[in-house]
Amino acid sequence: MSGASPHPRVADSGPVAPAPVPDRAPAPVVELAGVTKEYPGGVAALRGVDLTIKAGELLAIVGPSGSGKSTLLHIVGTLDRPTAGSVAIAGHDVGRLSDRKLSALRAQHIGFVFQAFHLVPGISARDNVAEGLLYSGLSRAERHRRAARALERVGLGDRLKHRPHELSGGQKQRVAIARAVVGEPDLLLADEPTGALDTSSGKAVMQLIHDLNQEGATIAVITHDTEIAKMLPRQVRIRDGQVVQDSAAQGHVRTRIRGDAP
Amino acid sequence: MTAHRQRPTLKAARLTPRDILHTGSAGMRSRPLRVVLSALGIAIGIATMISVVGISASSKEKVLQELDKLGTNMLKITPGDDLLTGKKIPMAEDAVGRVARIDGVEHVGGTGLLEHSVRRSEKISEDITGGITVQAATEGLLTTLRGQLRTGTWLNKATGTYPAVVLGDVAADRLGISRPGQRVYIDGQYFTVLGILDDLPLSPEIARSALVGWGIGKSMLGFDGHPTTLYERSADAEVGKVHSLVARTVDPQTPRNVNVTDPSAGLQAKAATEGAFSNLLLGLGGVALLVGGVGVANTMIISVLERRYEIGLRRSIGATRGQIRGQFVTESLLLSGLGGVAGIVLGAAATGVYATSSGLPWVVPLWAVGGGFGATLVIGTVAGLYPAVRASRLSPTLALHAA
Ligand SMILES: Nc1ncnc2c1ncn2[C@@H]1O[C@H](COP(=O)(O)OP(=O)(O)O)[C@@H](O)[C@H]1O
Ligand SMILES: [Mg+2]
Repeated sequence: MSGASPHPRVADSGPVAPAPVPDRAPAPVVELAGVTKEYPGGVAALRGVDLTIKAGELLAIVGPSGSGKSTLLHIVGTLDRPTAGSVAIAGHDVGRLSDRKLSALRAQHIGFVFQAFHLVPGISARDNVAEGLLYSGLSRAERHRRAARALERVGLGDRLKHRPHELSGGQKQRVAIARAVVGEPDLLLADEPTGALDTSSGKAVMQLIHDLNQEGATIAVITHDTEIAKMLPRQVRIRDGQVVQDSAAQGHVRTRIRGDAP
Repeated sequence: MTAHRQRPTLKAARLTPRDILHTGSAGMRSRPLRVVLSALGIAIGIATMISVVGISASSKEKVLQELDKLGTNMLKITPGDDLLTGKKIPMAEDAVGRVARIDGVEHVGGTGLLEHSVRRSEKISEDITGGITVQAATEGLLTTLRGQLRTGTWLNKATGTYPAVVLGDVAADRLGISRPGQRVYIDGQYFTVLGILDDLPLSPEIARSALVGWGIGKSMLGFDGHPTTLYERSADAEVGKVHSLVARTVDPQTPRNVNVTDPSAGLQAKAATEGAFSNLLLGLGGVALLVGGVGVANTMIISVLERRYEIGLRRSIGATRGQIRGQFVTESLLLSGLGGVAGIVLGAAATGVYATSSGLPWVVPLWAVGGGFGATLVIGTVAGLYPAVRASRLSPTLALHAA
């Protein structure tokens, strides 16, 4: 479908259609307000985080180790619930959803890329990517067709039958990215996607992420590497569980930045 | 991809049975040796139970087949003892004909015991009887007994009036007679052997007899014509009725002087005892099965621990708790089901080997196969439920934490 329609009804066709350039602001993909997460034992990993991500954005969530980045990703990805505050993903209030609905939300709207790839050993790249659609309700044949297309998209069209141990680290991460985008999620969350890669593979993966964003994907990359963060259009700095700087703050009235002087 | 799709409802998709099987067997496909070892306990348990039941069923089937061949519709009628003298009260001369006239009776045969011995030749002492009796027999006896000739022919109208004899198989063996035409010595004269009978499990007394015709018995061997035993065969449905009429028919004045017995009763009792399997052995199989179930549960718990990342990954892809539970219960069911199938095959094979080596028909009761397999499915569910619930409750974030 063409992304130009202001009121899209049918949502899926090609893997990545261009993002719309709306006249008025569309509802955000992610809307966090006052999110706090305390782990048992009293560690407050997040303390009052407000964060809004709009469709088509590419942002880095950057901060030192232990600052709460992964915790934030889990909450945005609905894998975990906050102790306090509200989370809305794709317009759904996460706090009110049952496990089944949350799972459906993840299946339909969110894709994850992990530092450690988490590919299933012993099965082909194509089967690994097709697993990303297992809980989507699509037929087996359709899942395999889309998996092949997604692998072509990440430049691995000639590696469909290779198994994880036959692939390099960079290739594995690209398979994992294909698995995350094969369902055309509204939001792609990547936790240190280059953390386990050498410099050149890391660059290639970041280039792929840029390309996917150019094609319309909304992507949040979590990293402790300020160099990588600098290359992305928006940076959200986080320290001790608080957002200390958001490069998009000027454009977003609702985003509160604690570190900034008025 | 557009601005996010604001769908009014979120609905988790159902997995197809094929996909459930696919996720449930993923763990097994990656660790085949473990599958074999953890299914082994269940296989041994089921195999024990199947072979215990199978072997007893095979033994029972053997007796039943024999019974089927011999029939349970024959009655044996003998004179009772006189209360005062203790002697046998002779039956009427026309007893055979009387019994034949009872409604439902199909065949009647009679024998009359003669006080003679049978020997290979006159040179052998008369005292050496070898346990063989000489009896006069009616023509209908062979049909009534469903007897077969091992060799030669049975008595008929013509041969029944000649000095000819048919030997039971035991009698022939003891006399050392193996073919017709040979001769035996009875009461001062030689009788020509006409035929030798096959074995008669329901009437061993005939197997130990030398049988002569009713007529020749009277004319040459001093037979008084009073039968000492009657054999009667009727339709299966009529046995009870005939049983109640026979004594009155044979001796209307004192029916209690007539004994009526069912020669197949012993075999029927044997079939029942052969069919009763050893509860002790069955119990041993049950213990093996229980241990096998514990083994499967153990394997499942380890499997869940090892696959925390996979579980986290599936949850991040959109698996519901229920789907994770289903995956591990399926895996457990597959494990124990595999053990069950292997056990059924093993048990059936063991029964087959035993049956073949001891000449029994090979019988594995369907209820045992169904029950055994059903038991493994129950065990699989029980063994898999706790690990599956644990798997579904794992926090997806914990599962994905640094690999
Ligand atoms: N499951 C957990 N239980 C207790 N504390 C946790 C847990 N996960 C993370 N933490 C703590 O929360 C803080 C933030 O962790 P995390 O979000 O992983 O940081 P980052 O990804 O930025 O390194 C750390 O102090 C960490 O020790
Ligand atoms: Mg982290």
